Formats: sequence, structure tokens, C-alpha cells
Amino acid sequence: MDKKTTNQKAWLFVLPVIILVAFNAIIPLMTVVNYSVQETFGDNVFFWEGVKWFEAVLNSDRFHASLGRQLLFTSIILAIEVPLGVAIALTMPKKGVWVSVCLVFMAMPLLIPWNVVGAMWNIFALPDIGLLGRSINALGIDYNFTSQPIAAWFTTVLMDVWHWTSLVVLLAYAGLTSIPDAYYQAAKIDGAGPWAVFRYIQLPKMKRVLTIAILLRFMDSFMIYTEPFVLTGGGPGNATTFLSIDLVKIALGQFDLGPAAAMSLVYFLIVLLVSWLFYTLMMKDEAQ
Amino acid sequence: MSKISLKNLRHSYEPEPGPASEWALNEMSVDWSDGGAYALLGPSGCGKTTLLNIISGLLAPTEGEVWFGDENVTQLPPDHRNIAQVFQFPVVYDTMSVYDNLAFPLRNRKVPEPAIDKKVREIAEMLDLGDTLMSRAAGLTADGKQKISLGRGLVRSDVNVIMFDEPLTVIDPHLKWVLRSKLKELHQRIRTTMIYVTHDQTEALTIADQVVVMKDGLVVQIGTPVELFERPKHTFVGHFIGSPGMNVLPCHMEQGKPVYAGRQLDMATPITQAAEGARLEVGIRPEFITFAETGIAVRINKVSDAGRFNIVDTTSGEDSIKLLVPSADNLPADTAYLHFDPAHTQVYADDWMIS
Amino acid sequence: MRQITKFVPALYIVLLMMPIYWLINMSFKTTNEILGTFSLWPNEITFDNYIKIFTDPVWYTGYFNSLSYVTLNMVISVSVALPAAYAFSRYRFLGDKHLFFWLLTNRMAPPAVFALPFFQLYSAVSLFDTPIAVALAHCLFNIPLAVWILEGFMSGIPKELDETAYVDGYSFPRFFVRIFIPTIAAGIGVAMFFCFMFSWVELLLAKTLTSVAAKPIAATMTRTASSSGYELGLLAAAGTLTIIPGAFVIYFVRNYIAKGFALGRV
Repeated sequence: MDKKTTNQKAWLFVLPVIILVAFNAIIPLMTVVNYSVQETFGDNVFFWEGVKWFEAVLNSDRFHASLGRQLLFTSIILAIEVPLGVAIALTMPKKGVWVSVCLVFMAMPLLIPWNVVGAMWNIFALPDIGLLGRSINALGIDYNFTSQPIAAWFTTVLMDVWHWTSLVVLLAYAGLTSIPDAYYQAAKIDGAGPWAVFRYIQLPKMKRVLTIAILLRFMDSFMIYTEPFVLTGGGPGNATTFLSIDLVKIALGQFDLGPAAAMSLVYFLIVLLVSWLFYTLMMKDEAQ
Repeated sequence: MSKISLKNLRHSYEPEPGPASEWALNEMSVDWSDGGAYALLGPSGCGKTTLLNIISGLLAPTEGEVWFGDENVTQLPPDHRNIAQVFQFPVVYDTMSVYDNLAFPLRNRKVPEPAIDKKVREIAEMLDLGDTLMSRAAGLTADGKQKISLGRGLVRSDVNVIMFDEPLTVIDPHLKWVLRSKLKELHQRIRTTMIYVTHDQTEALTIADQVVVMKDGLVVQIGTPVELFERPKHTFVGHFIGSPGMNVLPCHMEQGKPVYAGRQLDMATPITQAAEGARLEVGIRPEFITFAETGIAVRINKVSDAGRFNIVDTTSGEDSIKLLVPSADNLPADTAYLHFDPAHTQVYADDWMIS
Repeated sequence: MRQITKFVPALYIVLLMMPIYWLINMSFKTTNEILGTFSLWPNEITFDNYIKIFTDPVWYTGYFNSLSYVTLNMVISVSVALPAAYAFSRYRFLGDKHLFFWLLTNRMAPPAVFALPFFQLYSAVSLFDTPIAVALAHCLFNIPLAVWILEGFMSGIPKELDETAYVDGYSFPRFFVRIFIPTIAAGIGVAMFFCFMFSWVELLLAKTLTSVAAKPIAATMTRTASSSGYELGLLAAAGTLTIIPGAFVIYFVRNYIAKGFALGRV
């Protein structure tokens, strides 16, 4: 890695990427910044408002509530998907035709459009016509995710676990297959049990891919919009109104551009900050 | 510690092996005496690693038995065989310190902590790892990591045999020599049976007391380095050991003596064994051929300088014959006559030596 | 223990397939059967839902629209990411690390934040309601991802390959196209797979940037669901059809998935 040569002309290679991404990132971001410090009453007339919207957002109970729900949701799905994904990857066959079969089937949820995922789970979990809803009710548990907040949370979390655990499985599996056989043989000879093999061989070797997995899952679950929107519409009440859903409600539903823009920026900064912190911590640990 | 015996061992990776080509190991019975230093030498794909894995218990043989002393261990897993193995690529537990790496096999066996500490420090000292004990194993160089792998075997007092699977592959050339002599020195001190797999003849000949030469899943010869050099039992051993390898020339027999290029060759002991219908060849190492006034007529093609010796490349009819002559000697002109040393001339029937 | 763990992947797959099965099951049922009875498989199989989709232009153009912007995005993302990834993996230049991090931050931008500004931006440049608009918008998160994946693959290839080619008299463009690109073919496949994946599944931006002419299949679905009441069978059939391209793509890259994930560096 250190053999890179210094070449300022490399900028030319990066230029197309910069132009395309800047067009998509900087202009809209500027628009958002612009809105966030102004007030409008329509007709493209704007008034300078300074940090008023930011103060409002940071002090609003509504924002705190959405952020709280968002943090809870992200923590729950990370706590379930990462260990579950690793556990499934550990039980996967190492070679043979079954590997392809497993990978193809496991990757399928990842390639279904997000609103189809929502719609599919809606049909699947409805208490009257859905397989899941019917089954749970048949067990004697009163379950209706359209009216019970707990059931709505349960269904949303289950949907996300269904949707994304495979990503963790695939990443963890990729990490596992890169471990040479000699490590397992050495561990056998050293008399290591299954737990020691996992703790000292498999986990360290999976660390890099697991970092990617956690980072991706953190980012994507923090931005989740379409699936819960289609499944529950953010309800019942506000029970499953996560940050993105709330933001779209404010921006497009109420057309409160200023507060929406300020909230967007705060939201974006939170994602950036957490990702950066996480990334730096993992890298620091790696460097030791 | 105990003697290791392989009894009628055969192995195949196919579920239902048929012809010989499907067997990775052909039938063999070998005894490894306690405390010996053995090298398992052969080209890539000859079954060395398969044999090693059968001894260590990573593979179960298709047929035959493995005995450690008086115990049949064929069905025992590796952790119950009391063996240690150093692999081709260094295997260390990255997240642990050097100390914890060395202590790992003992901790897994529930040895009390004070005893572990004593043993780990002793072995670390022996391997010159004392200074790095507390640093992370991942940061060490390849040779340091191989020392750790070896150390994990040495800390255990119950080890029957330490096996090495081409352990110097990833080591820098100038360190190979250092590690080899270290290994030799350790063997003198601890006297544990060692089996050292390699395809490098220099490595095999310097480390081992006994060299086991393998080819196509078959043990072709077991012997000391000198025996392998002077009396190769198979033409393959003749080719594989020595540089350049043994000259092998077609011949036929007359009155118990081999005849090559119309000339009868003298031998130390005449051939008594009959070899009807077999393909006969005469083998002689380049070191044991000299120029003479009379003998086998050859044309000199090429002379290459190999330091103290010249390698002279000659042809007799269709066959190429190489010989080594001291650099100081004058070489004859284009044509010359060769003399074969009778004490080192052997006859091979279908590649196997006859006497 | 070993015996039990063997069945874990199979059990997991069965659980994964259940919602998908239910969707397919629904797509072959008549509306009456869906609402009237509860059955694990269709009592009378009907293809009406599929026939409707394949004959009604509102439906099948949506399908076509989705595929066209996804393909367009895949091609744009990978072709501009290739030289950039090469620069990041081979050269050191002013601000390279910051630039790389800035690119990655765009992967972290919530689409909901950008929905409205995007609408205004693409209206301003009169690309609104075209597949190009969606394809370009998806570049926001797909280009950083493609650069990231390709950079990982390229860093795995020794620099000596480049040097040998120059010594052999290759010009840079010829080396890049004739030698380098074939060498990282697997990486390009993986990058394209991910671009396909994230462009195909994303809906918020795709829906915001289109109204009639370029409306994606998935957006047609939501509109149908809300406007024409409870046509669940039709909805299920359309959903089933959106799974097929994904399944098709996975089948082709199945041998690269595991390796590709491992090579993408942090």
C-alpha cells in the first residue's frame, strides 16, 4: 500500500466521479442549507431566520421522540442481525453444491424492491389473510400490527431481520471462507474446543467484514423509510415513525421547508458522526 | 514418547477408489523410532502431506493402522494423539500475545497456571522469544511466527512427535539456515521424534538422520543421507538427490555383468539376481565417473563451471552422460573415454536396484 | 450437535421463503378467494393478475422503466468509478484521503434528506420524469459504493502488473482496457451487482423524480394499492415479478458473492 507514487494528474481520473457526485450531493445539500436558515410563505419569497429552525428542531419533543425510536430500532436490529448472521454463517457448508444453493436463496431478500418488501410483509402479517398473522392468532395471542404498537414494532423488527440478516451472513461467510484450513488443524492439535476456535480464530478473522456489516446495517437502518412506511405507515399513531418517515411527513406532507431542512442536516450529521466514530474506533483497534 | 508404526497404510481421497492412480498413498509399512529426526522428501503431490496428516490424525486412512508404541491410534482425533505440527504458512492466534500463544495448548489442557508460566518462559528462552513475550503475535515476522508455532508444540511435555510441513517456505533465504540449525540444536536437546516434510533435498539432508523418499504415493527408499547418495535403491532417488542427478543408461546383462555401448562394466559385486524380461538400466553418479585412456567413447558437448568442480556434459550415441571433474584438471579434446567406478555402479530392473 | 447445526441453513432458508411463498400464493388467487377464505395454496389457480400486468401498458412500461434506469445507472456508476478507483489504488495525490472519505459520506446521506432538493434540481435542468434523472440520482450512493468495491479489488493486484505492461510497450489506455479490466473482471461483476441491487430496491428517490412517463414498476404498485382499493392479487403478482430480475442476477453472480464481499476493503 505504501508503494503508491505521487501523481497529481490522478485528479483527472477522479474528475468524472467528483462532477457526478458533486452535482447530486453539493447542490441539493446547499439547497437544504439554504432552506434551513430561512422562512418562506410560498411564492419563492424567503426571509433570513438564522439558527431558529435548528433551535426548534433540537428542542422539539417530536424530533426527540423520532430519534429515540430510531435509536431503539437500530439497536434492536443490530443486536439481533449481527449475532444471528454470524451464527448462520458458522453453520453453512464450506464447499459443494449446497454453498451456491444457500447463497442464492439467502441473497434473495436483498434484491427485492423495498416497497415490495413492505407490501409482502403487510400481506404476510395481516391478522385475517396473512400466514404469520393467522398463525400467531391461532396460538391464542391477540396480534394485529395495524392497531397494537407492540405488534407493529414486532412486525417491523421481524421484517428487517428477514430482509437484512442475509447481508451479515454473506459478509461473515466471506470472512470465514478466507481462513486457511491450517488454522483449524492447528487449533485441533492444540486441543482447542469449539468456543476457543470461535473466539481466537473465527472472530478475529471476521472482524474486518463484520465492521463493514455493522457499518452498513447501522447506516441503512438509520435511514430506513420505505419498508415501515408501506407496512405500517408509521403507525399505529406514531409508534413506528422513524426519522426518515417523520422528515418526509414534515417536508412533503406539511411543506414546512425550514424545519424539515434543519432536521435533515441534524439527521445527516448524526449519521456521519456515529459512522465516523465507529470507523475510527475499529481502525484504532486494528492498528494496535 | 514412543515409536510410531504405520501398518499396511493406504489412503485415497475418492470414496470408492479403484485403480492405483486414485490412491494418494499406496500400501506402506514404516517404523519411526523414538527420538529420531526424519525427513519426508519428495516432489510436490507425492503424498507427503497426506502421510503427515494421517500420522497427526487430521485424516483417517482408508486402510491400515497407525500405532504409537503399543496403542492403536488410527481412530483417535489429533488432540488425543499428543502430537505437534508446524504448518507451511505460520499459524498464530493474531489477537493473543506471544505468551498467550505459547500458553494456549496448556490452558486448553487445564494445566495449572504456575506450571504454564514456568514452561512458557523456558521454551521462549530456548527459541530466543524471551524479549517479545508480551507483544502481539500478529506483529512478528514470518520466522518469529514459525518459532511460535514450534513453541506451541514444545511447551507440551507429552508430545510423541513434532511434525513440520515445509515450514521454511515463507522464510527469507538467509534466515532459513539460521532456523535449520536452531531446529537441529533443539532436537539434540529435547530428543523428541521429528518428521520434517520438504521437497528441498538440502533441507532434508541437513536436518534428518533418516530420509524417507516418496514418489507417487510410494516410499521408494528410507536411509541415511549417505546411503541415499551412494546406493540409491530406485532411479528416482538417483535423479532426485544430488546435483546433477545420477546418470541412467540402458544396458543388458552378460555373465552377471551389465553391458553398455558394447562394453562390459565392472561391478564391485556381480549381479546374481535374475531379472528376466525387465527393462534394465545401469546407474552411476557423475561424481564417480572419470576420464580414462580407454573405456566408453563420448563426445564432449558442454562444460559448466560449478565452483570447485566442472560439470561436463557428454554424449554417447543417443545418451547423455554427465560427470564431475575437479576444476584444476585439464579436459580432453572433443572426444574422450570414460571410466565408471565399479564400487558405485548399480544395475536397475524396472527402476528398482538389483544386486 | 454437528447433526443439528447442519440443518440451520436449511431452516433459515425455509423461514426466508415463507413471506415470498405467501406473496406468490396470493398472486395466483382470485380477489374473492383472498378475502373470503384462508388457504395455504390457491384453490382455483388464476393467471388473470399476470395477464393484466402483461397487457396493461401502465404496468409493463413501469417494469421497462425500472429496468432502463437501473441499467443506465449501473453503466454510468461503474464506468466512472473504474478510473477513479484506479487513481485511489495506485496514486497518492493532493487531498486523496479526504476525497475518498467525502465520497463515502454520500453513502451515508439519508435519501429522505435529498428527496425535495432533488425534485427541484432535476426539474430545473428539465430532466424530471426521465429514466436519466433516476439513474443520475442513484449515482449519489452507487458511485461511492462502486469506487469503494473496485478500489478493494484493484489494491489486491500487484503494481508490477502495470509496470510489466509499460515495459512491454503498452500505452496506458490500451493497458487499462486490454489487461487491467479483464484482470479485475470479478470485481467489476461484484460492483455491478451492488449497483443493480441498490438501484433496483430504492424507491423514495425513484418515485420523487418521476410522475408518469418514467414511473418505476414499484411506484405503480403503491399507486394501485391506494387508488383502486384492495386489488391484492394484482399487487402480489406485480411484487412477484419484481423478485425475478433480482433472483436472475444473483444466480449469475453466485460464485462471486462470497469472494466479492471479502475483497471489499474498509
